[in-house]
Amino acid sequence: MKIVVLVKQVPDSGADRNLRSDDNTVDRASASNVINEMDEYAIEEALRLQEAHGGEVVILTVGPDRATESIRKALSMGPDSAVHVVDDALHGSCAVATSKVLAAAIAQQGADLVICGAESTDGRVQVLPHMIAERLGIAALTGARKLTVDGTSLTIERQTDEGYEVVTASTPALVSVWDTINDPRYPSFKGIMAAKKKPLQTLSLGDLGIAAGEVGFDGATSTVVEHSKRPPRQAGNKIDAGDDGGSKLVEYLASEKFV
Amino acid sequence: MVDFTLGEDLEALRSSVREFANDVVAPVIGDYYERHAFPYDIVRQMGKMGLFGLPFPEEHGGMGGDYFALCVALEELARVDSSVAVTLEAGISLGAMPIYRFGTDEQRAQWLPRLVSGEALASFGLTEPGAGSDAGGTQTRAVLDEATGEWVINGTKAFITNSGTDITALVTVTAVTGVNPDGSKELSAIIVPNGTPGFTVQPSYSKVGWCASDTHELSFDDVRVPAANLLGERGRGYAQFLRILDEGRVAFAALGVGLAQGCVDESVAYAKQRRAFGKAIGEYQAIQFKLADMEARAHTARLAYYDAASRLVNGRDFKRQAAIAKLQASDAAVTNAREATQVHGGYGFMNETPVARMWRDAKILEIGEGTSEVQRMIISRSLGL
Ligand SMILES: Cc1cc2nc3c(=O)[nH]c(=O)nc-3n(C[C@H](O)[C@H](O)[C@H](O)COP(=O)(O)OP(=O)(O)OC[C@H]3O[C@@H](n4cnc5c(N)ncnc54)[C@H](O)[C@@H]3O)c2cc1C
Repeated sequence: MKIVVLVKQVPDSGADRNLRSDDNTVDRASASNVINEMDEYAIEEALRLQEAHGGEVVILTVGPDRATESIRKALSMGPDSAVHVVDDALHGSCAVATSKVLAAAIAQQGADLVICGAESTDGRVQVLPHMIAERLGIAALTGARKLTVDGTSLTIERQTDEGYEVVTASTPALVSVWDTINDPRYPSFKGIMAAKKKPLQTLSLGDLGIAAGEVGFDGATSTVVEHSKRPPRQAGNKIDAGDDGGSKLVEYLASEKFV
Repeated sequence: MVDFTLGEDLEALRSSVREFANDVVAPVIGDYYERHAFPYDIVRQMGKMGLFGLPFPEEHGGMGGDYFALCVALEELARVDSSVAVTLEAGISLGAMPIYRFGTDEQRAQWLPRLVSGEALASFGLTEPGAGSDAGGTQTRAVLDEATGEWVINGTKAFITNSGTDITALVTVTAVTGVNPDGSKELSAIIVPNGTPGFTVQPSYSKVGWCASDTHELSFDDVRVPAANLLGERGRGYAQFLRILDEGRVAFAALGVGLAQGCVDESVAYAKQRRAFGKAIGEYQAIQFKLADMEARAHTARLAYYDAASRLVNGRDFKRQAAIAKLQASDAAVTNAREATQVHGGYGFMNETPVARMWRDAKILEIGEGTSEVQRMIISRSLGL
């Protein structure tokens, strides 16, 4: 089984994150960049499947030059190789355009299974998995907290607010995962050393047969036109624990429709 | 050209271990510490990520790294917790390393795979109730019974790390096996598997610090092991453990630097947030200078162990540098822990505050693997005194 895992480099969600003032895109130059957290779970799931069933695990990233750091880190967890689509024309791409690039790269690789995180911590649009599956004409099993593979048949437990749903499909398919699915491994020193020697293929848009105008700002179906900082937190509403403190609290909760 | 920056691989290792320490160790270690419980689950995960195999070649199941890599990992662990760090340090330097360095092919094949993967731990028994700094005072005896081809061991070892966990496989003990031509004691090292009849692991000590690490007194009462359990050459016990201790000192220095740096991390964060007299305490110069001195101590001690470790891995003489690094790092750790507690005020005296744990863990660094006095003896000897 050939598994392609989608990995995105994002600004560390634990640190200060900003949009650029010149073009309203995510400021990747000044942020400390990491692998999108959910993608580590996707990598782990792929590695576990490989350990159980054999096959090959390939990392696929669309992103700027510096995303190679994250690709090397992903490889140090254990995957066999990586593909990096990097092209200046990609800057400013919307989710629809990005899905086109990812789908083209997956199609070129050929995959029995695509595994990705359910969302990225920067964009948080959660639409990419569905878009990619749609473009490839394969089943999308999204939001998995558990994945079982038996030959060509796949079963996931899709996490919902109330519990979970059991969804099945057969390969080729795409599965997106939440952080409830496993505990990602930490790269070992052997893995770190081995990652440097693993094949990393770099592709341009031309290699995928995509014209520059189809992506980036030119091809964007949506663009951010303006942004401002989140307003500072307002001082809270303090209710003294006096005689009528209890009823005031209830009044407040009711007025805010919390109860 | 002298360059003190770590290469890409070591940086990647550092960040991997840092993530592990922050995500896996930090949230739960305080609870183990309070209960004086050994953190089996953390140790299992450390094994899984290959930490116990760091300095060993891949043919023995290791990670193909070296002692420098081990030190970097130890520093990052000790930055968060010393019990966990010393479990790894002793497991490798005192447990697996003697077998790797001095063992026969059979001994390596028998023990290393499980030690290197972290499934099992080994310990090293040198110290005795009556002999610590002065190993010449060793009383434990081993007599070869020619009739059965067995060593018969009698004696007591004190303060032995990793010696009584559920996953401890063996202790390597130093014992008197005869008299040298010059009249001094002939010391040899012998492998004694846990569970051998007559070998008793005494109950855990109640310790001031390192409360989530495993330490026991061990007693040997006519313990019989095959003659083949001799580790290295007969009569080379003294030279062997000197080599082991020299290396161990570099690793111990990394532990000290980690603790000293952990004190800086915690104190800087606290000083920014704690307010007194209308300002964050970090805005007062008295606190700023404390923090500046703490950072300077951690940094210089780090350079000292980088020097010792790079000499060690490059096959150069490192004995004096190891002693200097160990001396400086343990001093930095104790001083930084005291200052960090001061910066934290009353909260620093409460066990749930990480720096309180660091304060309790710091002192042993001036005692274990050669006291600070012993380090000074080594340094002054190297000066021809
Ligand atoms: C938690 C813990 C874990 C340990 N783990 C291990 C282990 O795994 N294996 C092991 O073998 N040992 C272990 N030890 C023992 C440790 O290495 C010894 O405690 C240490 O070497 C000091 O020996 P001692 O305690 O006998 O002190 P002593 O040697 O009795 O020293 C007492 C004091 O006298 C000073 N002193 C001694 N000789 C001189 C001199 N010539 N000049 C000036 N001052 C001198 C010392 O520096 C010290 O201040 C551990 C100890 C502890 C507390």
